[in-house]
Amino acid sequence: MASPLKCDLCTQPATVHLTQIVNNKVHKVDLCETCAQAKGVTDPSGFSLADLLLKASLNPEVPVSAVRCEQCGFTQNDFKKHGRFGCPQCYEAFSSLIDPMLDNMHKGTAHTGKVPERALERKTLHDRLGELESNLEDAVKTERYEDAARYRDEINQLKQIVEQPKSAR
Amino acid sequence: MTIASLLSTPSELTDSASSKSAIVLMTRIRLARNLAGKSFPGWAREAQRAEVLAVCRDALLATAPMKRSANAAVSELTDLEKQMLVERHLISRELSGSSSGAGVVINKDQTVSVMINEEDHLRIQVLRAGFQLKKAWSVINALDSELENRLDYAFSPRLGYLTACPTNLGTGLRASAMMHLPALVIAGQMEKVVRAVNQLGMVVRGLFGEGSDASGSIFQISNQTTLGESEEAIIKRLGSVLQSIIEHELNARAKLLESDATKLFDKIGRAYGILQNSHQLTSTEAMNLLSLLRLGIDLLVFPEETRAVIDRLFIEAQPGHIQSTAKHDLESNQRDILRAERLRTEFATFAKPNFTVNGQN
Repeated sequence: MASPLKCDLCTQPATVHLTQIVNNKVHKVDLCETCAQAKGVTDPSGFSLADLLLKASLNPEVPVSAVRCEQCGFTQNDFKKHGRFGCPQCYEAFSSLIDPMLDNMHKGTAHTGKVPERALERKTLHDRLGELESNLEDAVKTERYEDAARYRDEINQLKQIVEQPKSAR
Repeated sequence: MTIASLLSTPSELTDSASSKSAIVLMTRIRLARNLAGKSFPGWAREAQRAEVLAVCRDALLATAPMKRSANAAVSELTDLEKQMLVERHLISRELSGSSSGAGVVINKDQTVSVMINEEDHLRIQVLRAGFQLKKAWSVINALDSELENRLDYAFSPRLGYLTACPTNLGTGLRASAMMHLPALVIAGQMEKVVRAVNQLGMVVRGLFGEGSDASGSIFQISNQTTLGESEEAIIKRLGSVLQSIIEHELNARAKLLESDATKLFDKIGRAYGILQNSHQLTSTEAMNLLSLLRLGIDLLVFPEETRAVIDRLFIEAQPGHIQSTAKHDLESNQRDILRAERLRTEFATFAKPNFTVNGQN
């Protein structure tokens, strides 16, 4: 006979099996009685399966690799402890952990809403500016003065664009 | 402008009640935003939090909607001020409990509040009395776009706005409505409604959010998911769920009137009597009595213009607001006495109930 299901949150045998259909998606959890009560599964008003699923997937029993976010030093264990990430970069560092969870948690796995276009445009300009400035430095070092003049003109042009909308806004 | 002077003026919720807000008392939209390259507040060191607080506050104060606003670090606020801000839904309990590097900026008419370094760097919130999801969205969208000129948001083309908790990823948008559903509660249908609403991907909570009870038959309904759907789609979906809850509430009211109007009017009449004459009232009891009177207004037992009074009292009967009218710290039973006194005064001059309008049914 198959061994009884274990609770998604601890190691006790699961006795509460819950299936909820949200947005035409089936979500299932298996819990022991203590965890079910603690999480308010029996109380339909305050209960969110998404939050629970998030925590269930954070079960500390599951072995974790030693991935670390280079930006902020956050580890996979920290995520399992807090249920929150350390910094925006963590979403890349832990994409193998988080991506499979998103489908269960949300209506879709790709963003289709607002895009901060002005901020992105500004970033593109800044990146291009940085690139040109290092090109200019290179050109001066290697005494390619014609190239340097071209880079300088382009930099001045870009700077005007960057400055202009700010004062107009 | 200081937080103290802001608290001495009525909030959006307490002042602009109209027939538009008969069942939906208030609509709220919040956006979660973070700065690129900065650790989220829960993981950031104190110096980083202080830096983010300063940057966000400066950016906010430079926007048009926040030109005339009050701002404060949470550490500068008294416990009472924090409690009153929570009771007005202007800050969260989580923010009021945070120790350092957290702050709040609230505009003059208390329709926009931005929490800094709560769970995310920015929690922008727009609040409107009544059922005004679209209006709230256009206001918050404009403020967000203006902020975007000054702040580099953490954003991924694939995952949208990046948030500390993956459940807010994508749009970072939570739209919610505070609904007054007394007939569904009296008829014992709330559990059914909650289940149906859950299946549609929406969450039902009590008056003060997660884990709070639904005293006064007031519930908050909001979207559960934030990724994979545009802002407009989320708002539209919530709007149609709200509309169908309104219809259910109206049906439940019609049924109560049809099956046992006497019992319903008895409840309303008794609530009126207690509010006029009691000498000790807990906030839960006061909420429940006020809720019955508000139902009475919808049933034309009391004149329309008294709804604004009830909606104001919903907030002013909360513990922090009662405490603020006293000179020294009160025990909870002393507060109950003061609350009853306050309500007796209000209801001494309140319109008399007129049961004949519906009574003939």
